[in-house]
Amino acid sequence: MNGPHAAFDLGTLDRLSQGTSPIHQLDPRAKLLVTLAFVVAVVSLDKYAVADLLPFFLFPVLILARSGVPFRFVARKVAVVAPFAILVGVFNPLFDQAIVLRIGEFGVTGGWLSFASILLRFALTIGALLLLVATTSVPALGRAAERLGAPSVFVMQILGLYRYLFLLVGESQRTLRAYRLRAADGGRPAWRIFAQILGQLLLRAVARARRVHEAMLCRGFDGELRLMGTLRFAGRDWTFLALWLAAFIALRFLRPAEMLGALVTGGAQ
Amino acid sequence: MHMADALLSPEVGGAMWLATGATIAVASRKLKRDTDHRHIPLMGVVGAFVFAAQMVNFTIPGTGSSGHFAGGMLLAILLGPHAAFLSMASVLVVQGLFFADGGLLAMGANIFNMGFLPCYIVYPLLYRPLAGGRADPGRRRVAAWLGAVMALQLGALGVVLETRASGIAELPLFAFLAAMQPIHLAIGIVEGLITVAVIEFVTRAEPGMLAALPPAAAPSVPGFPKRALAGLAILAVVVGGFISWLASAHPDGLEWSIARLTGEAELSAPQDGPHGLAARIQESVAFLPDYAFPAAGTAETTAQEDSGGWIAPDAGTTVSGLLGGGLTLLIAGFAGWALRRRPSSPASPTS
Repeated sequence: MNGPHAAFDLGTLDRLSQGTSPIHQLDPRAKLLVTLAFVVAVVSLDKYAVADLLPFFLFPVLILARSGVPFRFVARKVAVVAPFAILVGVFNPLFDQAIVLRIGEFGVTGGWLSFASILLRFALTIGALLLLVATTSVPALGRAAERLGAPSVFVMQILGLYRYLFLLVGESQRTLRAYRLRAADGGRPAWRIFAQILGQLLLRAVARARRVHEAMLCRGFDGELRLMGTLRFAGRDWTFLALWLAAFIALRFLRPAEMLGALVTGGAQ
Repeated sequence: MHMADALLSPEVGGAMWLATGATIAVASRKLKRDTDHRHIPLMGVVGAFVFAAQMVNFTIPGTGSSGHFAGGMLLAILLGPHAAFLSMASVLVVQGLFFADGGLLAMGANIFNMGFLPCYIVYPLLYRPLAGGRADPGRRRVAAWLGAVMALQLGALGVVLETRASGIAELPLFAFLAAMQPIHLAIGIVEGLITVAVIEFVTRAEPGMLAALPPAAAPSVPGFPKRALAGLAILAVVVGGFISWLASAHPDGLEWSIARLTGEAELSAPQDGPHGLAARIQESVAFLPDYAFPAAGTAETTAQEDSGGWIAPDAGTTVSGLLGGGLTLLIAGFAGWALRRRPSSPASPTS
């Protein structure tokens, strides 16, 4: 209803992340590191890489399969955020017209190849990110980041934001609805009214923060948030980490696409 | 104006993460030392406020299109640079995770563009000198408006430069600039007006409220507190730019450096230059005896090579490579199908 962001309901990812699949049960640190390694491996490929990107779909596909996250959910979200990458990448075919590949009579220019590469990169990196969030709750990710060395003040900030996100998004939606019901045209607010709505929301947010702080003081808050639960890096987390890292290195450097292609076309030397 | 993983090279993404990570560390330490714990819930809630505000679109006057609020400058004015930066960073992290705005690697660049630039460049270098003391509300208004406009301009510039440095997209620098800067000028003008109006509204409605906020306007916030930090960030960007320039002069930075390290090029050892290129293309055509391809446009590619534009088709851009890639995709899909969890199990929370 309000821009592309409203197409995401925040609750769905949050609910998905509460699942119980084998992927959900892995240590968040293992998942975070593997996803990061995956993204780096994917974006480190040559700008014309198309075939070499395809084997990397193994990772999101297997995570998708083992976690039970619905494919359509991930695909829809990837599609919603695609426009920027498409808009920037679509100029590649215009500016890079050297033919680098011929399929029969048909010449493929470098621009089209690199554009295809951008689209594949996009699907891979965003897909992997969404799968990480759909299988790991934000508090768990925060804890993982903290244990991996992120400053605790910053982790607290993320967790605090996340805690109040749903409340304040709900409040802003209600305020906006109230505006729409009263406004003559009922459309998007003009900037002047929008500023007043924002100011109103800000006042309420600050007042809420004050109440929250008082409530925290009543419960013995001393400036340090203590997170419940401990992380344990078990054997299966090591296995997950080691196997996927090995797989990414193999996919990145051994180039299975080329090898397999040579094999099936009988061109292996 | 979120940067995306797909347009980013690992060198640029890594450099931006380095700059952002260092800033997060310094801002966290600074905040932990300087402010009392009253601000911990406040920053969280105000961060959530910015998040919620960004989800509402407003109309840009005269254009009929709409934009959404970014909020970096508003936060910097309200909370001071450190708290504002951490708040913005947390907003962008959660946004990056939930809305998939950009991606994991691009997150560093996005936090830099929309957090670092308003809080540590525009706020100390433009807003504070311009706003002066608290005496003149007119000056403060102009400073806040200009600050918001500049923050968006710099952010858009950041996206353009990072994209260019990465070299994945071919869009020429000036065309990209000509597209990005005016759009963000239009949004920035409205953003500036909203920033000013929100501050006015809050001051009028509840003058005491702003006093309860952390001491953004207190004299304890120096003009530009972390010169070393800014130096480090700029250094990281320059180094990143240099590395990516270096990398772009070679087919593949990572492989090139590995070849240098091990003293031998890995695998099929693709050589640079027209000769190696032609050899590779012929080689790949010889891979496919069943297909009668012409010698894959060697002339065009060589000409392109001479004219200075670097173009070297990746080993994987041969037809056989594409075929093999398609096959691996099929295999991956089949593996996923074979290993999938029963659809009933995630749907039954009681089990």
